[in-house]
Amino acid sequence: MSGAKSTLGTMILSLGAITIIAGALLAGVAEATSEPIAEANKQKQVDAIKAVATAQFDNDPAASAETITDLCDDKGHNVIVFPLYSGEELTGAAVESYTPNAFSGFFTIMVGFDVDGNITGYEVVKHEETAGLGAKMQDWFRDPAGHRNVIGMNPGVNNMTVSKDGGEVDAITAATISSRAFLDAIDRAYKGYNQYKASKNNEL
Amino acid sequence: MNSKLRILYNGIVADNPTFVLLLGMCPTLGTTSSALTGMSMGLATMGVLICSNVVISMIKNLVPSKVRIPAFIVVIATFVTLLQMLMEAYVPALYAALGIFIPLIVVNCILLGRAEAFASRHSVGDSLFDGIGIGLGFTIALTILGAVREFLGTGCIFGASIYPEQYGALMFILAPGAFIALGLLVAAFNAIRTRTAK
Repeated sequence: MSGAKSTLGTMILSLGAITIIAGALLAGVAEATSEPIAEANKQKQVDAIKAVATAQFDNDPAASAETITDLCDDKGHNVIVFPLYSGEELTGAAVESYTPNAFSGFFTIMVGFDVDGNITGYEVVKHEETAGLGAKMQDWFRDPAGHRNVIGMNPGVNNMTVSKDGGEVDAITAATISSRAFLDAIDRAYKGYNQYKASKNNEL
Repeated sequence: MNSKLRILYNGIVADNPTFVLLLGMCPTLGTTSSALTGMSMGLATMGVLICSNVVISMIKNLVPSKVRIPAFIVVIATFVTLLQMLMEAYVPALYAALGIFIPLIVVNCILLGRAEAFASRHSVGDSLFDGIGIGLGFTIALTILGAVREFLGTGCIFGASIYPEQYGALMFILAPGAFIALGLLVAAFNAIRTRTAK
């Protein structure tokens, strides 16, 4: 093995130089990419809102977003309501929600509701569920087969738990934990939406 | 055979990191529940491996041998973090697919293994080809393992359905199936390799 002689001086010098270069490089790139990263994340959020919202709206949902603080946890997982207005009238909302019960910890979804709380769509925003099992939730819960489809259901009317727990929704085969977590996230979104509606009614 | 081609061949066949060297088993077993995720992990690893091999080969004469391992780890971790930030900023779609695998690359012993066994003893050009060869070998192995597990477990390959899903053996998507499939593939690969080498 070649290499410089290992004296205290050369060791400190070489390791010091490498860490300084690495640190400077990382700091520079972090600085340069922070804006595009924030923009990409915002774009992702806007795309998800558009994908789940079927109601008519003419406002900017991201601008009037409200975070429902008592449903958030201290690890940075938030319930955020993006209200949809047509003129002055509330037509529905897209709600970003999370679950702490996922197979691999947490995942985040965006759920769309109409004004009555019927689910109009959903998007899985961020997850780490097992590919081929829990990861199927993106397609499973909109599949018309059996009782998989949750779109059109209303958490206030329907019993939105998996059939194993006595509910109306078919769980993903062999991914009951992910399925329960998914419905938990929808329930959290629905609660957030109701709190938002209640606070708006109080203001009137 | 040309020496550069020989290095490529060694990386893919003779010293295949998964089937012959049996390095990096943790990400191998963890990320191959489908062909696509396996291939993604392989490609992400290849990108970092090429960069780290080249840089480590460049600095090999400047780093005292007693502190070479911490120096190599800093280089590898820097590249992994750079890759993660750049991907998140400029190719968010790719980052969404690969994001969860990138931090796993830091602890992949293939990178440190190649740094120590190859890049710190060979020229920059040879190290580049070793990075490409080993990276391709890893990618091919993970794609094959992912395809086998996905096929036996869900009846699909790369998401394309071959036979109805309900006949799939779920075990192959889960951890025990990963060990069984990997064991059988290692046996098959080495049987073919020794037979053709004769």
